[in-house]
Amino acid sequence: MSVTTIDNTVTSGNAPETDNQEHKVIRPFLRLSGLEPLVVRPEANFINIGERTNVTGSKKFARLIREGHFEEALSVARQQVESGAQVLDVNMDDALLDGEKAMTNFLNLLASEPDISRIPIMIDSSKFSVIEAGLKCVQGKCIVNSISLKEGEEKFIEQALICKAYGAAVVVMAFDEHGQADTEEKRVTFSHRAYKVLTEKVGFPPQDIIFDPNIFAIATGIEEHNNYAVEFISATRRIKELMPLTKVSGGVSNVSFSFRGNEAVREAMHAVFLYHAIKAGMDMGIVNAGALQIYDDIEPQLRELCEDAILNRRDDATERLITFAETVKAKGKVIEKDETWRQGTVEERLSHSLVNGITDYIEADTEEARVKYPRPLDVIEGPLMDGMNIVGDLFGSGKMFLPQVVKSARVMKKSVAVLTPFIEEEKLRMQAEFGGEIKSAGKILLATVKGDVHDIGKNIVGVVLACNGYEIIDMGVMVPADKILQTAKQEQVDIIGLSGLITPSLDEMVHVAREMKRQQFEVPLIIGGATTSRTHTAVKIAPEYEHGVVHVLDASRSVTVTGNLLNKALKKNFLSDIHTEYNKLNESFRNKRPVKQYLPVAEAQKNKTAINWDKFNPVKPTFTGNRKFEDYDLGEIAKYIDWQPFFISWELHGKFPQILTDEVVGEQATHLYNDAQAMLKKIVEEKWLSANAVIGLYPANNIAADTIRVTPDQTNIKPVDLEFLRQQIKKAPGQPNLSLADFIAPAATGKQDYIGGFAVTAGIGIEKWLEKFKAEHDDYSSIMLKALADRLAEAFTELMHERVRKEFWGYASEEHLSNEELIKEEYMGIRPAPGYPACPEHTEKYKLFDLLDATNNTGITLTESLAMYPASSVSGWYFANPEAKYFGLGKIEKDQVADYATRKGWTIEEAEKWLRPNLEYDM
Amino acid sequence: MKSLQDCANERVLIIDGAMGTMIQRYKLEEADYRGTRFADYHSDLKGNNDLLNLTQPHIIEAIHKEYLEAGADIIETNSFSCTSIAMADYDMQELAFELNVAAASIAKKAATEYTAKNPDKPRFVAGAIGPLNKTLSLSPDVNNPGYRSVTFDEVVAAYEEQVKGLVEGGVDILLIETIFDTLNCKAAIFAIKKYFRGAGTPELPVMISGTITDASGRTLSGQTLEAFYISVMHADPFSIGLNCALGGQQMRPYVEELSNIASCYVSCYPNAGLPNAFGEYDEQPEDTACIIEDFASSGFVNIVGGCCGTTPDHIRHIAEHVKNIKPRQKPVQVNTLA
Repeated sequence: MSVTTIDNTVTSGNAPETDNQEHKVIRPFLRLSGLEPLVVRPEANFINIGERTNVTGSKKFARLIREGHFEEALSVARQQVESGAQVLDVNMDDALLDGEKAMTNFLNLLASEPDISRIPIMIDSSKFSVIEAGLKCVQGKCIVNSISLKEGEEKFIEQALICKAYGAAVVVMAFDEHGQADTEEKRVTFSHRAYKVLTEKVGFPPQDIIFDPNIFAIATGIEEHNNYAVEFISATRRIKELMPLTKVSGGVSNVSFSFRGNEAVREAMHAVFLYHAIKAGMDMGIVNAGALQIYDDIEPQLRELCEDAILNRRDDATERLITFAETVKAKGKVIEKDETWRQGTVEERLSHSLVNGITDYIEADTEEARVKYPRPLDVIEGPLMDGMNIVGDLFGSGKMFLPQVVKSARVMKKSVAVLTPFIEEEKLRMQAEFGGEIKSAGKILLATVKGDVHDIGKNIVGVVLACNGYEIIDMGVMVPADKILQTAKQEQVDIIGLSGLITPSLDEMVHVAREMKRQQFEVPLIIGGATTSRTHTAVKIAPEYEHGVVHVLDASRSVTVTGNLLNKALKKNFLSDIHTEYNKLNESFRNKRPVKQYLPVAEAQKNKTAINWDKFNPVKPTFTGNRKFEDYDLGEIAKYIDWQPFFISWELHGKFPQILTDEVVGEQATHLYNDAQAMLKKIVEEKWLSANAVIGLYPANNIAADTIRVTPDQTNIKPVDLEFLRQQIKKAPGQPNLSLADFIAPAATGKQDYIGGFAVTAGIGIEKWLEKFKAEHDDYSSIMLKALADRLAEAFTELMHERVRKEFWGYASEEHLSNEELIKEEYMGIRPAPGYPACPEHTEKYKLFDLLDATNNTGITLTESLAMYPASSVSGWYFANPEAKYFGLGKIEKDQVADYATRKGWTIEEAEKWLRPNLEYDM
Repeated sequence: MKSLQDCANERVLIIDGAMGTMIQRYKLEEADYRGTRFADYHSDLKGNNDLLNLTQPHIIEAIHKEYLEAGADIIETNSFSCTSIAMADYDMQELAFELNVAAASIAKKAATEYTAKNPDKPRFVAGAIGPLNKTLSLSPDVNNPGYRSVTFDEVVAAYEEQVKGLVEGGVDILLIETIFDTLNCKAAIFAIKKYFRGAGTPELPVMISGTITDASGRTLSGQTLEAFYISVMHADPFSIGLNCALGGQQMRPYVEELSNIASCYVSCYPNAGLPNAFGEYDEQPEDTACIIEDFASSGFVNIVGGCCGTTPDHIRHIAEHVKNIKPRQKPVQVNTLA
């Protein structure tokens, strides 16, 4: 027999039991709970209570707790659960520990691990104050281990009442005022006395009483000890007969204490002991959940010897067992994960690997399948696609999340890589023989448009679509229209997908659409990326191309869209629905517009931010000019990371840190977060990336409504005029029309003010790693690295801004803000970036880069659309004025465009080109 | 007069609907919330619905009466957030006790009036005990998952004060509701037992109503429904049930599960459907009533009513639909294991 039970025999099902009159029946089972219920029914053979999270029993656990490595200590708990523990015993009784504190900390941490806290807890201490501290942390119904009559009836009743008020079951040790029960008779009488007190005086439910009638060490060499196990077993039988609703438990490893160090013998003794004790009615026991041996599997001679000792069958049992023990070398046991799935068919194994994202065996399994199937393509179209279909279904129904899908895709890619050479070979052979072609579900071209370097989202879409059986031609970033269209023709793609993050990319997409029309394309165009929107697509892109333009909100929607577009039966209706919808959007967009009222630019300029410059004394920075920072400490930077956007890039939406415990995505978010932390550690320790920055602080004054003149100190640089834009929408009375220029003291005040600039990157050296991941078909790591590099660049920006405020400029030297407060922008001053809402015109970035000599100082270059490369880079201006705040420019009128064009030395058309997303009017 | 127990054995009992939704209809402004007593109070008070027990008691009483008129057997006191912990948001922690006494007195007065009108249909007041804005099972700081913003003892103290106020104000039942963290609920149970042990009076019936947040079928703190029930069984509750977060339609499988496992009465007062795109509840009274009628005729429930978005009209329809349906029969409790 086996001493482990399958979960579903003890957890409750939904079908209620009924009596012969069809009344529902409820029985007095012991019911416990963690996040999930544990109902101990008679057919539940034996409940394993994991013992390793006990400082008195596990050296490793004790060390981790003493050294304060609580998180690592959790892994011990997890191992117990994974090994089949159904209840977790937690004990912090160590002279060097503050038991109450350690119990509280550990149980609180445990509560944040749903895969551990799903099972009930046994709070184990000889100090009742520690038990009560534990009871205050556990939401489920737990077990208190233990209370007893040791200190008299009064104390026992008091403690039992407290346990009852917290709703806990109790373990009652077989003690009385004079000591521990060590005979069968005492075990039974002590237990029965406790039972009567609990049920008659405390009102304790009998099913919530668990007796521990003391398991003592046997085979110690002391003759009186030899009968301990026998008496425990017979006491158990009598207790269960006398008090049938109660349970019997015990610390099993005590029985073999004299054989410590010899695990093989100890485990055999435990198995034999349990075999007999369970037959007598023992319900549960504290055991090393991973190491339980099956009675029938014990080597027969050893089993016989153990049986002799445990059942005290011969006088020389101890000696014989000791003699034998010396011949048995404890076999080094490796803790194994559940690998039973490896016993399935090759199809089942491939499917399991795909669904669970396991790469360990994929190459061998793929090879096995290739040999089994007539053609290599059959492996893809058969088991691999079957597996990916499961993944697709789970993702589609919200049961799997993006990070898992990307992991599945990595497995798929690795498998396909094994097959590709054979497919190629076959293709050549078939072409030679029949001149045939092999066709996929559909070919989709993906590209980030010219001038843009951002591709995390596009890569995710590529992965998700590839998972759904499409062939993806990913042209990468900064791809000009003609190259996209040329490839589309050559490869005869079925769909073209464009992506972009910065605002000029919107225009480039319009350009691609026009080119498609001109070159008489007929395939649909799909649009995605952070700045794109359904409205922009409907208003600006769709009218340029009549064969279907569809905006796709995120990767999870891309599958349905492509599915509809590539299905002949559905395509027509789908596109005509989209067409109607976009027409409506277009119409309502145009109808909506005249509602807003705009001020003439001159009036808007008069209604500027009211700042009392007489009372304002600009702080002089500690230096002026530029200062560069090379190879900045990544570990320091990492402390400033804001994680919320990281999850958004993986399409997991929610507030950080709450997302980690989110009901729906929490588990995946936590996995993702752990993977990210692991890679971040490597990035920092192995210096995968270099982070460079340059900052500049310059004398500056406002010299016209929206112009700031910067006078760099270096004698060879002429003054530079920065041009800003002003909100033009009519504001409520008392509300200013904002412009960044408002936040710098006008020259007329006679006060010397300052402005700062910065360019930082955390992406230097990233290419090497991306290539490595690409070669390994590892999109997951590739996307992860890019997402982390983005976070590091933002964190580096935060860090430099803080140093500027407190140290280099020093206008806020007293500031003490936590990372959360930094993320919430609770600091004084702002750091707007050209191209973003407060100053959306991108070409001002040239001035910023010239002032900072940014390319030489950091390695960041600008594309023709003013995107920065490496993509994980940030640049912008520093404003120190306490009135300075972030805002969105909103739409502007033609008079401001003309004013701006004059200031920039542009034609109106040039100005309109760069200001297009902000124009209030049609061009 | 018939006891609560008698009434529950005889028919499906009706509990009232949303208080907040009804208060909204009065379109109260800051000054209304302040009344004269708090005219110069140092923090904003608009939205502090519990404060209305002191500043606009006639409004609360009027709402109670609307529900009584609609046929509610049990009305809930306006005390969802009347704890020193929740009231700290308005810096009004000292008022917690007074607010509870007031909330209970207002409801009791209204209920007594309606009982007198028709002694065959006695009305009962349930002291509403809400979930708090701080939670004992979850850390607000992810970098420190072991951290808790409040301790069990603090929560017990806050709830004990609330229980004392409600009982002294005259409630007939204590209702721990909208439970999304079972540990908070366990603290409330602990507080109730502690209060009655100290007061030396018999315990009032306790109703427990948890919240399943979404289709995962779990509470916010991660428990399955059965795990939740097992965790609170020691309260020996008068009823166990579900409210809030879901509409009746989404709640059905969980109400069914509870009706199978609960040895006490089962209650259910869902929202008026799921909120629409504007965050409003637009399930019509007759629709809610049909869903609830199905629960009753399937033998799932003993006590029904409404939560967010429901109105006296909803309650009237529900009462009408279930009035001739037999209540769920409690399962037979046997004392053998097989």
